[in-house]
Amino acid sequence: MTRNIIISSTFHLLIIIIATMSLPFLVKKPIDLPPIISIDLIQITDKTNIPFAPKAKKIIEEVKKKEKEKEKLVSEQAPPKKVKKEKPDSIPLPDEKIEKIKKQEDKKQNPEKIDSEVKQVSEFEKEELFDPNNIAALIDKSKEERAEEIYEKNKLTQDQDKSINIIGLSLSEEDALKAQIFGCWSIPLGLPYNENLLVRIKLKLKPDGSVIRSEILDHARMNKPGQGFYKVLAESALRAIQLCQPLRVPTTGYERWKDLQLNFDAREMLEG
Amino acid sequence: MILRYLFILLIFLPLNAFALIEVDITRGNLNPLPIAVTPLSMDENSKKNFKEILKKDDIGSEISIVVQNNLKKTGLFNPLNKDAFLQKSDIAHLKPRFEDWALIKAQALITGRVTFVDEKLRVEFRLWDVLAGKEMMALAFTTVPNNWRRVGHIITDKVYERLTGEQGYFDTRIIYVAEEGPKIKRIKKLAIMDQDGFNPKYLTLGNELVLTPRFNPTNQMVTYLSYFRNLPRVYLLDIETGVQEVVGDFPGMTFAPRFSPDGKKIIMSFAMDGNSDIYTMDLENRVVERITNHPSIDTSPSFSPNGKYICFNSDRSGYQQIYVMKSDGSKVKRISFGKGLYGTPVWSPRGDLIAFTKLHKGKFYIGVMRTDGKGERLLTENFYQEAPSWSPNGRVLIFYRETKTNSKGEGFSAKLWSIDLTGYNERLVETETDASDPSWSSLLSK
Repeated sequence: MTRNIIISSTFHLLIIIIATMSLPFLVKKPIDLPPIISIDLIQITDKTNIPFAPKAKKIIEEVKKKEKEKEKLVSEQAPPKKVKKEKPDSIPLPDEKIEKIKKQEDKKQNPEKIDSEVKQVSEFEKEELFDPNNIAALIDKSKEERAEEIYEKNKLTQDQDKSINIIGLSLSEEDALKAQIFGCWSIPLGLPYNENLLVRIKLKLKPDGSVIRSEILDHARMNKPGQGFYKVLAESALRAIQLCQPLRVPTTGYERWKDLQLNFDAREMLEG
Repeated sequence: MILRYLFILLIFLPLNAFALIEVDITRGNLNPLPIAVTPLSMDENSKKNFKEILKKDDIGSEISIVVQNNLKKTGLFNPLNKDAFLQKSDIAHLKPRFEDWALIKAQALITGRVTFVDEKLRVEFRLWDVLAGKEMMALAFTTVPNNWRRVGHIITDKVYERLTGEQGYFDTRIIYVAEEGPKIKRIKKLAIMDQDGFNPKYLTLGNELVLTPRFNPTNQMVTYLSYFRNLPRVYLLDIETGVQEVVGDFPGMTFAPRFSPDGKKIIMSFAMDGNSDIYTMDLENRVVERITNHPSIDTSPSFSPNGKYICFNSDRSGYQQIYVMKSDGSKVKRISFGKGLYGTPVWSPRGDLIAFTKLHKGKFYIGVMRTDGKGERLLTENFYQEAPSWSPNGRVLIFYRETKTNSKGEGFSAKLWSIDLTGYNERLVETETDASDPSWSSLLSK
């Protein structure tokens, strides 16, 4: 008897441990929060929006002129430098012909490369001359660069995307979907609001948000006596989905939301 | 042993099911549902026969107009303009091209056919779900041709019921007091009409003053109060046969007789020894039973639909307020506590609400509250309005409203108005003359 109890208890304990280790809703993933960026909102007034001092203005204008001159010089001088590399006197061999073609292709690409160089120079110089009016532009660029870095580091494939299944839709994604369906759902007003007015519909979606298949989960309730209102409610929910499609789903993470369940509950509206 | 392993494995198999994303939709819109009501199609022979009998060129179109107007008046449907229809009605009745109807934004479609069979009018109609591309309902009715308006009302009832989940109220009638003449010398006649204002008929000649007609909730009987030689009398009138009988002469002031839900009793208030209380009368044995016994003025009683409770108004707290008690007069409880005076409480046929008239700061309101007095909502406000009466489904109220007169007493008029529970869909009910004290019948076709 005691032995059986011990075996049973051990077995139950084992199941609980396995469940705790493996069931996804029990495992709390550490939340990877992005670093907090504090932003001070400064009101632009006459004091903070200071115009350039006359001396500084002159210097900036001079530098800008120089920049323009440099740009002109570089763009004019660049092609002859490349010409020097060619050997016009030598007799072209068949193999060399191919190389020549390649080099000619290079020639076409050169001016673009020079352009980028020119841009880099001017940006660099601009950084030296700190312009307070361009802070926003700098912040934006830093954001873009950071986003690119993050994207390159975390390039998710569709398979890897499955790992974030448990997270669900973000609040903004859910709100967008809700707002869309709110507009499409005409609630039948004659429903008895002291009854269970919940209709659960499972959807299979295409990547563009259009509906492949819809299924009422409590389908059996439709034909139950005294539940005629449920049929009316379920039909109104299906009409809302038909009317709304393609649904406003996120553009990424198809694996995450390709199966979606919408719970239509009319109680809140009918009780007023 | 293997079975044990399989069992453990089975426990962990459906792990992926937890991944299903759920979104709760708790709000929707109350926009009217776009619906296409096609003219009911007819063959040439039927057209010719109906023209001879009814003097109508196209009875199919006339029926569809009845349906369309009924649906529009509810505020819940938006019947689409027929000029926008892309498919012919006779073809649509056989097989609608749903894409064409979806293109004009219709979500529901009504098609039908009228035929002349054995001197009778036969109507087939179908209701289609345009977005789902399927038929929702198909019914046929046969009746005498003169009943064509009722057919339109019955179709509307069926469509309304199928799309809203609520019983319709279109195949019903309204009894009211038709009024004519100057305010000081008013002629009041008992009148009845369809709920949409058509087919009005006068039931009394206007020799005697008639007041507060009320329908029996189970049949087409009416009770009303009339003054004969300055004495109040309660009458019973059978609308179908026209037979009228006196229920009884009552002393002093008698007010607002009303049927019990089973139609076997009448409840009313009358003054005895200067004290107004509530009484019931059994219509079979004419036994009168006193329900309240209080020195205050108790009036306007109305039964709950299950017959277990009665709401009424009383000034026992000092001001006129609404009270609820058991049908035997016990457990009296005040339910209205707002500012102003409350009167004419009427229990909804659904049993969930009580409609009332409220007087506050010189204005009259028609409102509803829950049966425990909570959730008071004032639906409409005016200079003078009262006597709300519920539609049989408990969704719409009909009442009357009087206009202001000038210093000479001119410009007076009384009209019937209806308002639904949202408070937004307020409409004038057209009547031939001035009208007051309306009462809504139960459905004629149950």
